[in-house]
Amino acid sequence: MTWSRLAPVGVFFVLIVFLAIGLTRDPSVIPTEMIDREMPSFELTELRDESVLLSNQDLVGQVTLVNVFGSWCVACLQEHPTLMDLSRDGTVKIVGVNWRDDRQDALDWLTKHGDPYDAIVFDAESDLVIEIGVTGAPETFVLDASGRIRFKQIGPITPDVWRKVIRPVIDAIEQEATSAS
Amino acid sequence: MLAEIGQIALIIALLISGLQGWMGLQGAHQNDRRAMIFADRAAIAQAVLCILAFALLAHAFMVSDFSVKLVASNSHTSKPLIYKFSGTWGNHEGSMLLWVMIMALFGAAMVWFGKTLPSGLRARAIAIQGLTTTGFLAFLIFTSNPFERLSPIPENGVGLNPLLQDPGLAIHPPFLYLGYVGFSVAFSFAVAALIEGRVDAMWARWIRPWVLLAWSFLTIGIVLGSVWAYYELGWGGWWFWDPVENVSFMPWIAGTALLHSTLVAQARGSFIRWTLLLAITTFSLSLVGTFIVRSGVLTSVHAFAVDPDRGIFILALLILATGGALTLYALRSGKIEHGASFDLESREAGLVLNNILLIVATATVFLGTFYPLVIDALTGDKITVGPPYFERTFAPIMSLLIVFMAVAPLMKWREDNWQRIRKTLIVMGAIAVLLTIAVMVFGKTTFGALGMGLAAWLLVGTFANYGRKLRIGERKSNIGNLLKRFSLLPGATHGFALAHLGLAVCTVGIVAMGVWSDEEVDRLKLGESISVAGYEFTLESVDRAQGPNFISEAGRVVIEQSGRQVAVLNPEQRMYPVERNNTTEGAMDVGALRILYAAKGEGNAEEGWVVSVYYHPLVIWIWIGALMMAVGGFASVADRRHAFARKTSPSSSAQPVAAE
Amino acid sequence: MRRLVFAFVALLLCTAPIAAQDVTAPNEAEIDGRTETISKTLRCVVCQNQSIYDSNAPLAEDMRKLVKKRVEAGDSDDQVREYLRDRYGDYVLMSPPLQTNTILLWAGPAILILLGGFWFLLRLRGQPAAQKVDLTDEERARIATALNDKGGST
Repeated sequence: MTWSRLAPVGVFFVLIVFLAIGLTRDPSVIPTEMIDREMPSFELTELRDESVLLSNQDLVGQVTLVNVFGSWCVACLQEHPTLMDLSRDGTVKIVGVNWRDDRQDALDWLTKHGDPYDAIVFDAESDLVIEIGVTGAPETFVLDASGRIRFKQIGPITPDVWRKVIRPVIDAIEQEATSAS
Repeated sequence: MLAEIGQIALIIALLISGLQGWMGLQGAHQNDRRAMIFADRAAIAQAVLCILAFALLAHAFMVSDFSVKLVASNSHTSKPLIYKFSGTWGNHEGSMLLWVMIMALFGAAMVWFGKTLPSGLRARAIAIQGLTTTGFLAFLIFTSNPFERLSPIPENGVGLNPLLQDPGLAIHPPFLYLGYVGFSVAFSFAVAALIEGRVDAMWARWIRPWVLLAWSFLTIGIVLGSVWAYYELGWGGWWFWDPVENVSFMPWIAGTALLHSTLVAQARGSFIRWTLLLAITTFSLSLVGTFIVRSGVLTSVHAFAVDPDRGIFILALLILATGGALTLYALRSGKIEHGASFDLESREAGLVLNNILLIVATATVFLGTFYPLVIDALTGDKITVGPPYFERTFAPIMSLLIVFMAVAPLMKWREDNWQRIRKTLIVMGAIAVLLTIAVMVFGKTTFGALGMGLAAWLLVGTFANYGRKLRIGERKSNIGNLLKRFSLLPGATHGFALAHLGLAVCTVGIVAMGVWSDEEVDRLKLGESISVAGYEFTLESVDRAQGPNFISEAGRVVIEQSGRQVAVLNPEQRMYPVERNNTTEGAMDVGALRILYAAKGEGNAEEGWVVSVYYHPLVIWIWIGALMMAVGGFASVADRRHAFARKTSPSSSAQPVAAE
Repeated sequence: MRRLVFAFVALLLCTAPIAAQDVTAPNEAEIDGRTETISKTLRCVVCQNQSIYDSNAPLAEDMRKLVKKRVEAGDSDDQVREYLRDRYGDYVLMSPPLQTNTILLWAGPAILILLGGFWFLLRLRGQPAAQKVDLTDEERARIATALNDKGGST
């Protein structure tokens, strides 16, 4: 049997394999470029107090979660209870980035659903968000004590995601810090 | 009640199509006439049942029967009736039912129009058609039931995406499916022929009208999609190389190769293997297209709701149908003899080149469309393959194609000589070069000039050939008997001329749009204006009005050129309260030589409104050229010589010329 | 008179900064033009397959503003693209750059055409030699009679 007769079937089955793999992947979720890079410098106002300016310096010092959210974001409501729990336990510092929102709308949303954030960066024009490659909300970045981005979570942080994905990352960072010192 | 009848109709159709497949194959294998007649009857019964099911679903939509889940999620009482009807196929389940109905109809057509075929081949082809329909019916019933009930019955439906409430988009799917599904006939015949073990010139002749029909419908379907995108999406693009557009384009390109292959196969008995493979490939590309649109594997503005489960089912269908057909090809095609030999300088050689270039074009579009998926699967990297890639790779291939397609028809079969057509070639070349230079000088562009030169080359070459067929310039030919000679020409000759001219016209439009189109955007307050290409657009007023199920904010834009008023446009923004969605309805002044297009965005009296204006030269030539191709295809179908236009002398029991 | 000359020269000197601005900084139209061109080559990451130029999405709008800012800051077209690529990866480029994982993509069509061409030539060469049979005069005569004979057999 000559290869010219087998070739079409062969090529076809290779294609099928790729199509099948394709079914298991989400083409719109892109991985981040920011791993192991320093948080880029920025200077934006605090959501709750316009006179206060926040910068990347405020993210240095301890392991921090940087959580991108908005009052318009439906999926953010899914993860909000988890964030509230984390803030109550004081497990980790949580800094919010209020993206493309109206100041009053955001404040009302926080009053209604609770405010887990130690600080909230008001980013109305995507200034910070583009710098860290955000493609939607909610997205959460895990920063180590020196302000370096170590991990990015796309999508809401459910209790499962916290336990199985993010907690281990934070543990690993803290391990690294203690063994280094 | 009616929905249940529809559901039962589909289930019975499933059983019947399965029997159709079984009996048809058995009957052909054992030469059992009764079994073969059963298969014929089954095909017709199945078509009737599918039509019934479709009619019942359409009825549910038109009377707004919200107890049917599909109607509740896709319709609303305030929609105009015509969109209630077209909403039947404006969703995954309904469009799948449309697909299945068309497939069943083609099966029935194979029975009606295939009376002159040898019974064995016909029975097998109808059987394969039945089996393919079985697969899709199963998909429909088990994963995408259109008749699912909803309880409790809601007051009103969710509504139809406003983008779909549009005449162009309403008829785009039916034509597209007539094309996609039409190629299933060629597929069925190919598989049947492989099972028989006998494929020859007669076989090619039988499938040719089916291929032409499907191809012409697909052409129209794609044009409708392009026209719709142009006037609906608000920025005047007519092709975006979006994955779903690409998967409708690939069967078209492959279908073009197929239809040229059958030409050679029926005339010379060669290219049989090409034709078989292309027949299988073209329909398989339609299947891959369906898979892509409904499974979420590629991101696209067109995709239906994503459902990987459905994707798995369609993948299974693909494996069975295409995998099966190609395996059969690998096993059985060895028996097919090579066709008659031919020279480098011959029409066959030209057509081989044509096939190669079209297949490379298909493969290129395929590569670009699926490459992100392959890279993601292999390395997890995400890349984008957008319009720039396709423009840079597709255009050169098509350009080569155009160069050759103007010449090949002028050559004779089997062996010929450049010298014989030397004068014609020189005339073609001269006109092309002159036009290229003219365009370079006056249009200030190199690519545009080359593009126009190519179009001229094709135009003159086609006219030369057509003129030759009409025997213009020969002795005994004069204006008087021109009409007679015109009417004596076979349909296929008119078809060829129209189709090739159509491509030239289309090329002119594409080049003009690519090189000379222009646009401007600005924020305009009332009374202010913006200019593009010498036309001045002034926003005179903005008014609100109430439509049947929307509120519109329309601007009145006056266009002037050199002080004289050219047109008044009313670009709108429509707000659909039910669906909570907005659409931008651009306004156009359509002219043969250009379309002036204006779109109005958001705004208010204090800050003004965002107004975009566009100058699109020769854009309608793109669609007119494509429609010429479709008409050419239909003209070829109507050719007197085709088997089903008139009974031919070989009776149904005649043996086709066996090739072994 | 001297005062007049002095005033005139002073006036001229005032125009110098304006002239300098025109010469050294890109003008409004040019900036907009470049912003448009560059925006057409960048993908909107929150949309289904659109460029940031074509998209209405808020993030696309912000990215266009960023592009404009970088053009005004003096970046070249490639530098602007690189800026976004640095943050979003290859995905944000409408046309993938030529690199290891895209060689097959860019070379593919050319390779296919070459393969096609080879196949074409091989196919022509490998054919059995065309039997060019020369007709004898007798055979020519027979053909001529058959063609002329209107009652020829089917």
